[in-house]
This record gives sequence, C-alpha cells and structure tokens, in this order.
Amino acid sequence: MSEEVLQQATPGLIPGSGTARAAKATRLSPSFISWLQAGPMMLVFLAFFLIPLVFVVIVSFWDYNEYQLLPAFSGRGYTDTFEGCIAQLPDLCTIGKTYLKTLKLCFLVWAITLFIGFWVAYFLAFHVKSKTWQMGLSLLCTIPFWTSNVIRMIAWIPLLGRNGLVNSGLIKTGLINHPVEWLLFSEFSVVLALVHLFTFFMVVPIFNSMIRIDKSLIEAAYDAGATGLQTLVNVIIPLAKPGIVIGSIFVITIVMGDFITIGVMGGQQIAAAGKIIETRLNALQFPAAAANAVILLAITFLIITMMSRIVDIRKEL
Amino acid sequence: MTETTKKGFSRRTLLKGSAGLAGLAAGSGAITGFPYVHSAEPKVLRYLGTAVNEGDDISKQCLKDTGIKIEYITATTDDVTKRVMTQPNSFDVLDTEYFSLKKIVPSGNILALDAKKIKEFDNITPVFTKGETPGGKKIGGQGTAPWKVLYLEGKDSKKFATSATEFVTLIPTVYNADTLGIRPDLIKRPISTWAELLNPEFKGKASILNIPSIGIMDAAMVVEASGKYKYADKGNMTKEEIDLTMKVMTEAKRAGQFRAFWKDFNESVNLMASGETVIQSMWSPAVTKVRSMGIACTFQPLKEGYRSWASGFCVSKGVSGAKLDWAYEFVNWFLSGYAGAYLNRQGYYSAVLSTAKAHMEPYEWAYWMEGKPAEKDIKAPDGSLLEKAGAVRDGGSYEDRMGAVACWNAVMDENDYMVRKWNEFIAA
Repeated sequence: MSEEVLQQATPGLIPGSGTARAAKATRLSPSFISWLQAGPMMLVFLAFFLIPLVFVVIVSFWDYNEYQLLPAFSGRGYTDTFEGCIAQLPDLCTIGKTYLKTLKLCFLVWAITLFIGFWVAYFLAFHVKSKTWQMGLSLLCTIPFWTSNVIRMIAWIPLLGRNGLVNSGLIKTGLINHPVEWLLFSEFSVVLALVHLFTFFMVVPIFNSMIRIDKSLIEAAYDAGATGLQTLVNVIIPLAKPGIVIGSIFVITIVMGDFITIGVMGGQQIAAAGKIIETRLNALQFPAAAANAVILLAITFLIITMMSRIVDIRKEL
Repeated sequence: MTETTKKGFSRRTLLKGSAGLAGLAAGSGAITGFPYVHSAEPKVLRYLGTAVNEGDDISKQCLKDTGIKIEYITATTDDVTKRVMTQPNSFDVLDTEYFSLKKIVPSGNILALDAKKIKEFDNITPVFTKGETPGGKKIGGQGTAPWKVLYLEGKDSKKFATSATEFVTLIPTVYNADTLGIRPDLIKRPISTWAELLNPEFKGKASILNIPSIGIMDAAMVVEASGKYKYADKGNMTKEEIDLTMKVMTEAKRAGQFRAFWKDFNESVNLMASGETVIQSMWSPAVTKVRSMGIACTFQPLKEGYRSWASGFCVSKGVSGAKLDWAYEFVNWFLSGYAGAYLNRQGYYSAVLSTAKAHMEPYEWAYWMEGKPAEKDIKAPDGSLLEKAGAVRDGGSYEDRMGAVACWNAVMDENDYMVRKWNEFIAA
C-alpha cells in the first residue's frame, strides 16, 4: 500500500506528514503573524497610553466645581487657562509667559546636553579603541543613575547655597566678598540640575549611532583629503543624526513635562507648564488640569514632529 | 442631557452601590454560617492625614491601650482632600483641617460623628465651640474658623449648622497659632509686625509657603499690617481684594524679595537652617526643629496677631458596623490624654486640655501652656533636648497666643479665581 493511500485511509497515522498537513490547513498569513508579534506591545500601548489619553482629552472638556467633575461639555478648562490673554496684548499673559519660560529652559537644556552628550559619545565611539573599555566607560556614565533622581537633584543645594561649598570656597580664595546669590534658586540652577540629570539620555543613543558608522568611511574621507572638521560635518554628524534626534526627543519630552526639578532647584519661583497642571490638580480642578495637559502635549508633539521632519528616523534606522 | 449624565456619574451613587455590595457580602457571610467572622478580625484602621497628628509613639500606645492597629497613610493637605474626593474607600479615619471641610462636606464622602458618643466632647476647649479662650478672650473669626463649620444640620446633611447639633463634622484634635519664623542672629533687631516680611531690608532673604489657600492669608496679614488695605474678611476675599493682594506680592517678587517658596515642613527647615532665608512663614515644630539643630530661630509673635489652623477626625462614608465602633474607640482614646500631651510637647495644642494636663509633668505644663520659664530642661517627645531650664516659650501662654489669633486658614468662595491668580504670581 502506498503511503498516500494509507494516509487517506487513516489520516494522521504517519506522524510527520500528518502535522505537515495540519499546518497547511491553518497556515497563518504573514500579515497575521506580524500583527501577533506587534500585538502585545500594541495592547499595552492601548491600555496604558491611548485610552488614558483619550480620557484626559474628554475630561478636559468637562465642567467642574469645588469638589467634583461635572460631565457636561464645557470649554471652561481652556478658557480659564487663557483668561485675559487677548485683553493683555501685547503683553504676554501668564500661560504665555509660562510656556515661553518652559520652552526657554527646554531649549537651553537641550542645547547643552546635546553638546556635552555628542562629545562624550564621540570620545567613546572613536577614541576608545578597545570594546572592553568602551563598555566599561559607558557603564561608568550610568553610575549617577544608581541613586534616585531626587537625591541627585537635592545634592546640589548644599553645594550652591548662599553659605554652600562653592560660595564659601570663592570667598576663602578672595575672588568675591559677598556670596553669589544666583547660584541657587535661579534659572541657572534649574538648567544645571536638568543637564546633570539628563545628559546621559543624549549620550546613549548618539553613541549607539556612532559605533555603527563604518570606520572605512572616515578613512575614505581622510584619504580624499577632508579635514577633521569636514569629516565631522559631512560624515559623522549626518550618520549620527538618528541618535541625535532620539536623544533630543528624550530630553525635550522630559524637560517639557518636568515640574519637580524646576520646583526644587528654582525655589518654587519659576513657573513651568507641569507646575500649572500640578496646582490645578491640587485645587481639585481636574478638567482644567487635563486641558493644560492637552496643551502641553500638543506643543511637545509639535516640536517632535518638526524634529522628525528633519530626520526620517525610520529610514535612518 | 446633563441631568442624566450627572446622575450616572455621581460618586454617591457609586458609593451606595458599593455599600449595597458590602451589605450583600456581609449577609452572605451570615448565611454560610460564619456570623462571628468580624469579631475575630484584627482591629485595623486606615488613617489618612498629614503628618501632624501621626507618630510611631502614638500608634504604639494606641495599640497597647485599645488593641487598634493604626495604618498611617500620609499625604499633604492638598493630597488628603484629593483622596477624599476620588478614593473615599481607601481610608477609614480621616484627619484633616477644618478649612478643607468647605470642599469635603459637599462631596458627601465623609460621615459626621455623633457628639454623644465622644466621651470628652463637653471638655473640648471653647476655642472650637465658642470661639473664645478658656479665659474668655474672644478669638478672631476671619477665614474658615472651626466653630463656623463644626456642626452639620443632620446626619446626612451637607449644610453647616449655625448652632450646636449632635452631628460634628470633625472632632477637634490639634491646632496652633502660626506666625513668622525669623533668624534673630542674622536679623539682629526686634521684629514686631507682619509688614517686615516685605521689608526691602530682607531682599532675597524672605520666603512664604506655596500653598495658595494659606499663602494668601499670610499675604493678607502683610497687606493689612503695612496699612495698604483693610479686609472685611481676609479668609473670604472678593475678586478685587484678591487682585490687590496678589499685586502687592507680585511687585515684591519682581523686586527680588523672595529667596524661594516652600511647600513642606522640611523645605522650610532647610531654608532657615542654611541661612538662605532669615524671615519666612513657618510652622511651630519647624522652628523647634531648626533650634534643635543648634541654630537660633524664633517663632516671632507679631502685633497683628496669629494666623491659626485646626484639624480633627471624621470617618469615611464607607465605614460602618464594627469598624465604626473602633473609629469611635480610637477618637475617644486620642482625646484621653496621651496623644494630647504628646502634641503639646511638640508645641501644638491639644483639643482637650484637662486630659493632656493629666499626662504632663507640672513643669512641662507650666512651660508649654502657661508661658512660665522652664523649671527644668524641656525635652521633645523623643527625649532630645529642646530648651534649657529658664527658657520661655515664644509668644507666651496658651491664653496669650490663642487669644491673639486674627484669622484662620480658609477656603474662599472665590477659591478658583484665587488659585489662578496665585499661578500668575508664581509665573511673574
């Protein structure tokens, strides 16, 4: 009896061919497999990001009183936020000033972390030859992250204070007579702390892009007679762009939403977009807080869209 | 349309639903033959509050005396209120301030306590019930004074009663008269008025707290002290008054008057101890803390008087049955003396003076409550040295301090507007 006949008579009797047939019957289309692979992440994304976000947008259009949300459509969260903005023109209203200040801090922190992060990554990628040292040194960069955010931030206070280490050191060396006041509770201290906290988020993606640059490209540039600067501008920076953009997105989104660092290091005197949301929450004005969150999200989204216009991350990766 | 959605969403319906479910569960428990399951349960109360009344010593003593285990849930005043609104089932006993009641009571999430079941209720200091000191001094009633919000009209009422009823919103526990803290070693001259807070002499060395509803009261004290304006009620300003107050503060801020604002106890201690500020609004135990670090700090009495606050206990609407009995037992224990003495020794005042007195040494009582020089060294509840023999408490006796209260922490009718203006002040 041929195998085929046997199989027809008693399907599944021969193990190998039986499973093959079963697989054939339920053959999954490639697109289904892709969905299956992306599925878990998508569900997490849906449950913990998209759905809450939709709620925030919905609540931002609700009304409220002292102690509860009133689920009736109302633009009050938004109109309260921009109250008096038109009447005050050409002067900026609070919300305008607050966003301008947030953007300014964000820009400064972004520019400084990018500068420092780029050179740290450059050093790690091109000057450190051995893989072991590269690994070791980039691990060294993570050491500050072994303590909590708050501790790293608060550690600046005894250093920068009116009677802090820096001031007393400067006075002892005779460089100044009176303590420098702007070291602490100022925009300076805010930017300093934020740079300290977030430079690492720039280093890692840029480093990651840089080590994947084919070294022969740099040699080719050198052979073709390019100067160091020309190589940097025309070869390294374009190829490190995806890392730069990803690092920038990290830093910008964190700084735009930050209110704890800005609060502590700014002596609670510097308004930030996140601070407005916090104050609204504390006053139990949830719709107004949600409205401000939506505005903040829109602005951050706008910045990121602009950045991804400059570099198509998907293509570059 | 709004009417139905409102009904659909109301938290109270939700609560009723869950209460019903709880009832069902209890009922089914009886049917399956375990009617005594509750009595075997450990007595545990989840206690939501700020850290003022909370202490390991208090919870340990309570467990020893009553068998009730207290689980503290500590949050800032704002977060406590937020939690009552959004998660009323996440706590049993609520310890909060009287000024929060204007928000909490209308939400219907708390249960008024029955005065008849509180053993010491008639011994509670007249500060709460009549608005006067035991010695008969009339206390300023501006703001959300406790006696304005102490009683409810009925068990489930959301309206404050104008005269005494059986139903008490918060059983008082602790209160104090707040003023400015100063660093006498750095200021080197007497300070006697709230107006000094904005004195350009202290440019870049002053601070107030960044809790809008309290900060604006301090600001109002300053505005009145400097003679710029006299409020009808500092704790309930009109929009124009809020604008005026914030304008004065904003000008001072722009001129660089403030070093920083603080939001919690430790921040205020650090600012003062490090010398970043020399004059700021402060809480009495924070001053004590700075002093126990060996740094001179005075809780300075001022001629315009004090801004006062008070807090007390109530329970969550979801609490019933045996748990409600434990809650009463706990509140009764709290007023029975040990906790009161403990709080008095930190510089606060206890609501029932007679029981606290019985738990304190005569020399302690004389120092803390009668304004007399300390006969012996004064120790904190943890045994550390607070004051050497011979020291006198800042501001003097209970009568002098509570008798000089000018206003109380408040939630204004225009609270929403005030919060927006406060944001502008911070952004200025």
